[in-house]
Amino acid sequence: MSVFEGFRFRHVTSPIHRLDPRVKFFYVIVSFVVAVLFNQLLPLLVLFFVQIPFVLAAGVVREWLRSLRGAVFLVTVIFVFNFVFNYLYKTYTGWALVEFSLAMALRFLVLVESFSIFFLTTSPDHLSLALEQSHVPFEFTFAFTTAVRFVPVLAEEAQTIMDAQKARGLELERGNFLKRVRNYIPILIPLIVSAIRRSLELAEAMESRAWGASPKRTNLYVLKMKKGDFALITISAIFLIVGVYIYLYHFGSIPTLAHLLSR
Amino acid sequence: MIEVKDVYFTYLSGVQALKGVSLAIRNGEFVAIMGQNGAGKTTLVKQFNGLLKPTKGSVLIDGVNTRDISVARLARKVGFVFQNPDHQLFSETVEEEIAFALKNFGFKENIIKRRVSWALNLLGLTEYRQASPFMLSGGERKRVALASVLAWNPKIIILDEPTIGQDHQQKENLRQFIVQLNAQGKTVVIVTHDVEFVAECSPRVVLMADGQIVADGDAKRILTDPNITLKASIVMPQITQIFYGLADLGLPTDVIDVSEARKVLLDYWEEAKAKH
Amino acid sequence: MAIIETKSLTYTYPGGTKPSISDVSISIQRGEFVIVTGPSGCGKTTLCRCFNGLIPYFYSGKLDGEISVAGLKVSEHQIYEMAKYVGLVFQNPENQLFALSVEKDVAFGLENLGMPREEIRKRVDWTLQMTGIDELRERAPHELSGGQQQRVAIASVLAMQPDVMVLDEPTSFLDPLGAQKIFEVIGSLNKKLGITVILVEHRLDLASKYVNHVIVMDGGKIVLDGKPREVFNSDLAQLIGVGIPKATRLGYMLQKSGIRLNEIPVSSDEATRLLREVLKT
Repeated sequence: MSVFEGFRFRHVTSPIHRLDPRVKFFYVIVSFVVAVLFNQLLPLLVLFFVQIPFVLAAGVVREWLRSLRGAVFLVTVIFVFNFVFNYLYKTYTGWALVEFSLAMALRFLVLVESFSIFFLTTSPDHLSLALEQSHVPFEFTFAFTTAVRFVPVLAEEAQTIMDAQKARGLELERGNFLKRVRNYIPILIPLIVSAIRRSLELAEAMESRAWGASPKRTNLYVLKMKKGDFALITISAIFLIVGVYIYLYHFGSIPTLAHLLSR
Repeated sequence: MIEVKDVYFTYLSGVQALKGVSLAIRNGEFVAIMGQNGAGKTTLVKQFNGLLKPTKGSVLIDGVNTRDISVARLARKVGFVFQNPDHQLFSETVEEEIAFALKNFGFKENIIKRRVSWALNLLGLTEYRQASPFMLSGGERKRVALASVLAWNPKIIILDEPTIGQDHQQKENLRQFIVQLNAQGKTVVIVTHDVEFVAECSPRVVLMADGQIVADGDAKRILTDPNITLKASIVMPQITQIFYGLADLGLPTDVIDVSEARKVLLDYWEEAKAKH
Repeated sequence: MAIIETKSLTYTYPGGTKPSISDVSISIQRGEFVIVTGPSGCGKTTLCRCFNGLIPYFYSGKLDGEISVAGLKVSEHQIYEMAKYVGLVFQNPENQLFALSVEKDVAFGLENLGMPREEIRKRVDWTLQMTGIDELRERAPHELSGGQQQRVAIASVLAMQPDVMVLDEPTSFLDPLGAQKIFEVIGSLNKKLGITVILVEHRLDLASKYVNHVIVMDGGKIVLDGKPREVFNSDLAQLIGVGIPKATRLGYMLQKSGIRLNEIPVSSDEATRLLREVLKT
């Protein structure tokens, strides 16, 4: 699924990669809030394009484009749905209808865009460190990191299991829908049993390394906010303030599509 | 007959695991594919049952190109026993587990019954017929996996690292079992890095290193050649190591087996005594 | 004083019909390098789990008898307390590494103990040096070979500077060269740092040269316990199918045929030396 490709972390470094994940997350929240405030095309387009410098600075253009491409289907669905729904209920007509539907689709795209930037530039261990320092209980952070750590292992194992069953004559591509689903049982069961066994072994190893010894767990690494982080916080805050200001006092005077076309 | 013709193979991740491998295994042979972890052994044998198809070159099983036939159909001839039995066990009973492949291959119900009983008996699992495979011990699960492959009586049997985690007695049983299979005319290919086990079986050895075959021939000749073993980063059998330490006394260095070692040393001893 | 002492230790897994280990009484001295071996299912793995408290705290079931490690009665301490004195390295390297980098994995135990950051950093650096994996420090566990992963597992346990290190078939998944490297590392930890090593192994050929105490189990009971030479020589060991080192077997066979070596060898180096002494006459 190419939309997921766009969210996977890459081992690249850039100034964006080095930023504190908590700050990056704040930025994502801000873009989310500002996107939700407006249903006009113009501010949303601004919000979309304003994030592009971040993508360029992070050097993740190709993966980011892939995530957008993966989102195209949903974006189209949102556009069509809004268009048809509002057309039937006559809430908007003419160019206002088009603008509204486009805006809703664009809003979703902006969200995908900012989340994608976040995940593309934040390594899982960086993220888990941020979670720990944000006082999320360690059990959750650990579950998250361990899950990420074992994704490639499980993927490989699934492949091996498929190979083993294919070598016993299992044909995964043949048969009607029901038969095909049933054919996955010889793959799912070993996978699940293996996952359970693995969890048991992991638990043994964890216990053997003093899991639970101290209520106050320390950490080898620590996240320290640097100049870049403060800069991003400031930029995000400015965005938020400007966005809210325009929303509260100048909402009506935002040029709409209808305006621009009738002139 | 397995023919590997100048095969190259690159995984999707970009790793080139086979770099021009050519090999021919005749019917009824017993071959050990050896080498360090990562040398390409498993990648090579997965070409034999079509799980992997060459990036370049071709693999022919009894004259049929593996690219022209499905894995399921090839599996009828080429049985593959995976390293970890837990990667295939999924049925409610051992009986069902063994019958699985037979059902897939379209065997008739009465034949399936017969074959299952035969396989259970062959591997000493009859008492576990109705048992859940998950409840059995590690060694028993390995036997169930083996039984489920032998049940359909493939001509060629591939065993991937069959000695891992086995104790001495289990390895001895396995060795005798392989000899038995081979005596019945089956082609047996084992992938292993267990030098001592190979020294005891003395099969034909195909030694791999870094995606290529660096030696192919008699176990004795290959495992006692320090140039070859160094190149493939494998350890020589213990007995051979002992004899290399005594090479300057005029003793032969191509000994891999304990019984032979005893005989050689006794002969040397007798000769030395006679000279005095 | 013995660093590990057990008296009539008997344990049955929950739901088990008979004990997995019964009447186990052993004594291990500080600094020894012990090998525990025996056919599959003999109870070696169960015994290992008793050393650090996984039995009875992780596994419940019924534990009878006494066991004390590093002067502590195991049944009176939580597993995380015992972790400071006994480290356990398991068979499958993949399932003991949880972090996303080697460094972080080695630090795991110390973080659990709540050690201050600077101290953790020092310990991690020291441990990576000791186990020779300093250059792997930033790598992700999945990218490593089995042998490298196992060295990381050993490092993660070593970081807590335990008195005893228990390793349950650590080389099962490794090729002979990888296995040799692991035994070298463990051997050096035993010699240089005086850590008591308890190794559960089938492949006696590769490990025998480091060992000075052998325990053989069968059917949950201790059947042989003593110096390597005595144990490997015994008929009982051959009978129950222990994989006696080939060097020993050869020595034994030669002795029966009239060539008397000064001692029965336990490793190939020893065999070479002893044969040379005898044949040069």
